[in-house]
Amino acid sequence: MHPTARRALAAAAGLALLVGASACANDEQQAAENVPGVTDTEVVIGTHQPLTGPAAAGYSKISAATKAYFEHVNSKGGVNGRKIVYKVMDDGYNPANTDNVVRKLVLDDKVFALLGGLGTPTHTNVLEFVKAQKVPDLFVSSGSRNWNQPDKYPTTFGWQPDYTVEGKILATYVKQQFPGQKVCHFGQNDDFGRDSLAGVEKVLGPVVAKQTYTPTNPQVGPAIGALKAAGCQVVISASIPGFTALAMGQAAGQGFRAQWVVSNVGADYTTLAKQLGDKKVILEGMLADNYLPMAGDTSNPWIQAFTKIHQQYNAANPIDGNAVYGYSMAYTFVQALLAAGKDLTREKLVDAVHKGGFKGPGLTPFRYSQDVHAGYSGVRMNKVSGGVQSYFGPTWTTDDGDGEVKEFTETPTAPPADAIPTT
Amino acid sequence: MDRFLFLTFDGLSTGAVYAAFALALVLIWRAARLVNFAQGAMAVATAYVGYAVVSVTGSYWLGLGAAVLAGLALGALVERVLMRFVGHANPLNDVIVALGLVLLIQAVLGIVFGNEYRPAAAPFDTDALTVGGIAAMSPYDLWVLGAVLVVVALLGLLFTRTPIGLRMRASAFAPEVSRLLGVNVGRMLTVGWALAAAVGALAGMLVVPTGLGLHPHAMDLVFVVAFTAAVVGGLDSPAGAVVGGLLVGLILSYVTGYLGPDTTPLAVLVLLLAVLLVRPGGLFSSVRARHV
Amino acid sequence: MTATQPEVAPDPRPAAASPLRRLLPGPPGAAGPRGSTLLRHLVLAVLAGTAVVLLTNQLPPYQNLQVARVCAFLCVTAGYTVLVGLNGQLSLGHGALMATGAYTVALVQQGFEERAVQGRWILPLSLLLAAAVTAVAGLVIGLAAARLRGPYLAGVTLAVATLVPALTTIFTDLFNGEQGLRFPAETPPAFLGAYFQPERWLAWVALLAALLTMLLMANLVRSRFGRSLRAVRDDEVAARLAGIHVARNQVLAFVVSAACAGLGGGVYAVLTATVAPGKFSLDLSLFLLMAIVIGGLGSLAGAVWGAVLLVALQDLPSLITETFTLPSGLAQRLEGNLALAVFGLILIVVMLVAPGGLQGAARTLTARLRPGRPATRR
Repeated sequence: MHPTARRALAAAAGLALLVGASACANDEQQAAENVPGVTDTEVVIGTHQPLTGPAAAGYSKISAATKAYFEHVNSKGGVNGRKIVYKVMDDGYNPANTDNVVRKLVLDDKVFALLGGLGTPTHTNVLEFVKAQKVPDLFVSSGSRNWNQPDKYPTTFGWQPDYTVEGKILATYVKQQFPGQKVCHFGQNDDFGRDSLAGVEKVLGPVVAKQTYTPTNPQVGPAIGALKAAGCQVVISASIPGFTALAMGQAAGQGFRAQWVVSNVGADYTTLAKQLGDKKVILEGMLADNYLPMAGDTSNPWIQAFTKIHQQYNAANPIDGNAVYGYSMAYTFVQALLAAGKDLTREKLVDAVHKGGFKGPGLTPFRYSQDVHAGYSGVRMNKVSGGVQSYFGPTWTTDDGDGEVKEFTETPTAPPADAIPTT
Repeated sequence: MDRFLFLTFDGLSTGAVYAAFALALVLIWRAARLVNFAQGAMAVATAYVGYAVVSVTGSYWLGLGAAVLAGLALGALVERVLMRFVGHANPLNDVIVALGLVLLIQAVLGIVFGNEYRPAAAPFDTDALTVGGIAAMSPYDLWVLGAVLVVVALLGLLFTRTPIGLRMRASAFAPEVSRLLGVNVGRMLTVGWALAAAVGALAGMLVVPTGLGLHPHAMDLVFVVAFTAAVVGGLDSPAGAVVGGLLVGLILSYVTGYLGPDTTPLAVLVLLLAVLLVRPGGLFSSVRARHV
Repeated sequence: MTATQPEVAPDPRPAAASPLRRLLPGPPGAAGPRGSTLLRHLVLAVLAGTAVVLLTNQLPPYQNLQVARVCAFLCVTAGYTVLVGLNGQLSLGHGALMATGAYTVALVQQGFEERAVQGRWILPLSLLLAAAVTAVAGLVIGLAAARLRGPYLAGVTLAVATLVPALTTIFTDLFNGEQGLRFPAETPPAFLGAYFQPERWLAWVALLAALLTMLLMANLVRSRFGRSLRAVRDDEVAARLAGIHVARNQVLAFVVSAACAGLGGGVYAVLTATVAPGKFSLDLSLFLLMAIVIGGLGSLAGAVWGAVLLVALQDLPSLITETFTLPSGLAQRLEGNLALAVFGLILIVVMLVAPGGLQGAARTLTARLRPGRPATRR
């Protein structure tokens, strides 16, 4: 070894060690900070959303509505004197980007809480990080049961009814209205399809035939052909809108006439009709479910209230199911923030959701408690008729376990003045 | 048996689309001895043009014509502005430049049209005609198949019966000799690219109504399958591309039907490797075994 | 990081004048120059490492994560640029190879967690296994690749790149489908103190892996094997005449490159303690290629540029739309796309007019500033 090189090497190594050992000093100070993202006049929250990429189609409109609602609330003085700053980060529905933007939100932007992070494969990836950072992770936008694990993820909460609850209720309706008919299942090849099928089979027992699709492979012909060959009369479908349209189009093409019963996420009439174009008549009679006021129901007081906000802050986008979703979720968040009190901390926000009892645009109660982090407890059936998707029949509630499916008779609450909760 | 017949028809209709794509790849291979990895992105770009014209004029046929014209222009442009200046000493360079073009085209499409699926209507009924109780092919599938066969026949005539076709073949196979004989090799290359991109545009117009709709990334996976089809048929032979496309369509339909939709990417890779390693010239290649 | 640049970067396109001459085996036992090369690289690595450690001590958590991600990508790009730039084999499936390493780490760490085994040795062991398993995958692909050329190899590896989501769904029980796997997060060792920034520790782990990879690659490039890689790229027939077993050389290059990708993928997984098929999409494979080409094909210093570029690509979009106020529709469309359009364009321009990439440009610039020194060193 060359002596100079050896000396340089030794010096560098020594320096590295020294520096490493003295590194911890400034970290200690950072640990003892105030509540992140909260000042007397502001509360900063963040989210990850697919603003680009294949999932952006309808879903990018959700955060636009949520943001519009917060602007409305801020214009009326905010919550407990604090304006809500909502940071929307694009992850393109790619979990690698979700990892990145959520870390940026929490570590760099120092958000107080996360709200409505969208997607199962995307959000599943950040659960551990969110837990380690003790960030309240409210109202994840997906019907997966992953968010309801209070023991493992104490700060994560779901919001919409999960796919199993939906499956159980859809199957109950099918059991009542189509007794003795051959019922089949068509689902996405992930937890969406699987959880839905689990719910359906809890009520109906094994289905006659089940087929799956992969979101990257639009060739659904063979799957639909198999359902036809099995003689299915009712098809319960857990599919995203693009594939609901492909599947129903394929079925019509093959002369396969069954009753389609579609999970809420893949059943928005406006979206489906747009994709099917001239063939949208095949949507007539399609059954589906929902748990929020229908966007087209202009007589509903919630829709009227949201439309007012929409026209002022979000007029560039249509008021559709996605917008109603965004407004309703933002409403629930403001309720939780109010309940957490003026002296805001992350623990108090989580406790406020644990107490639950939020009443708003949704048709059914939330399930929130110390032991349950799942959102809405049920859905109501709707049907497409004359190009309009509207509710009929009773509202049902249940759980994601073996609990029975019950009718829920309480009438929905009316919106408060300005559609801003006061308690 | 019914299931098998059904899957056969299903495979033939999807295979026709792969065939159109494979044909475009073969045309460029014949003209320039390279695989155009930007074929998919270029086809999407021209399909956007086509369907924009459809939505403005309401006529599918005007849109189709616009797409093919846009394909001719884009192909010539890419060759004149880009590919002409790529060092061909290393085949890597063509592929990398083409992939750069893919990124550029997809990003520009996203900026102009947005990254959403745009539904596209089919010009013919997509409801299948029933043959003996089995849903066979729809009028739209027949149109796709017919269009592809007509294009192959026309290309066959072009290459064997017309002076320009002969010149194109000559300049691709022996550029130096052709140049000595007075053929404008550079122009033939441009014509080859334009022709290939026009066929690619046709393929793009045909494939979009069968899937989720127009999207900057709509052809990413189709390209992989079409490449496989072109290799199966032998990169040199237009007829081989059509047979390869139909064959790959059939195989993928059987795989999807009997093994499930998740397995198709695996099937594509296995098929591609099997053909390349066992019969590198492709199943229908008439030329001597090529050096892969 | 940049301290390692000047010495290890051969011109990506050396004159192909006489490959035969360069291939003549040196005198036996010519350890002299090689020994000093190793030492020089070692010194450089330690210096670069020290610089980065100093840097991480000043950085807040998120920026340290960015450093860590650059280091993880550097493992991949270093091995990738050797394969493509020096050996002339174009793989478009390196995203899938990264996935192989990442899933290996996840499965190994999960396995130990389930058996309640703990220890600091689990991390290095899982990373080692990641490199090993991916090397085996690389061997399989490399065996096929050795029989394929140019566009055919590109096509086959492109098909490999689309395989990750399919395999994770087919073997859902093992890989948990599109949701992927989670494993215990890597925490700083106790002796660094209770309040040591976890992200800084992650940056150090990634840094160590990157330095190790760079050190190995730098020496490999300068070794006889490195010279034979270039010989095979420039002229296979000549290489064969010079006694190089071309197929074995190509397979070996693939294996080495795959091992690096596996290590990088493993480190990448450790940074978030999760893996999911969506992270290893076709796009990732294309971005990796873009990174090494823009950085400068065949240059290890270019691989550093490339790794920085990959991380910038993830963070630029939101920066652009945050800095400028644009109409919301346009902002949304530009967000994911503008950076890609620019980089796609740069990629094409680099291939057409500046095959040396960023590193080549940097070297020309320094050579102009110091006219006494030649632009490149062989």
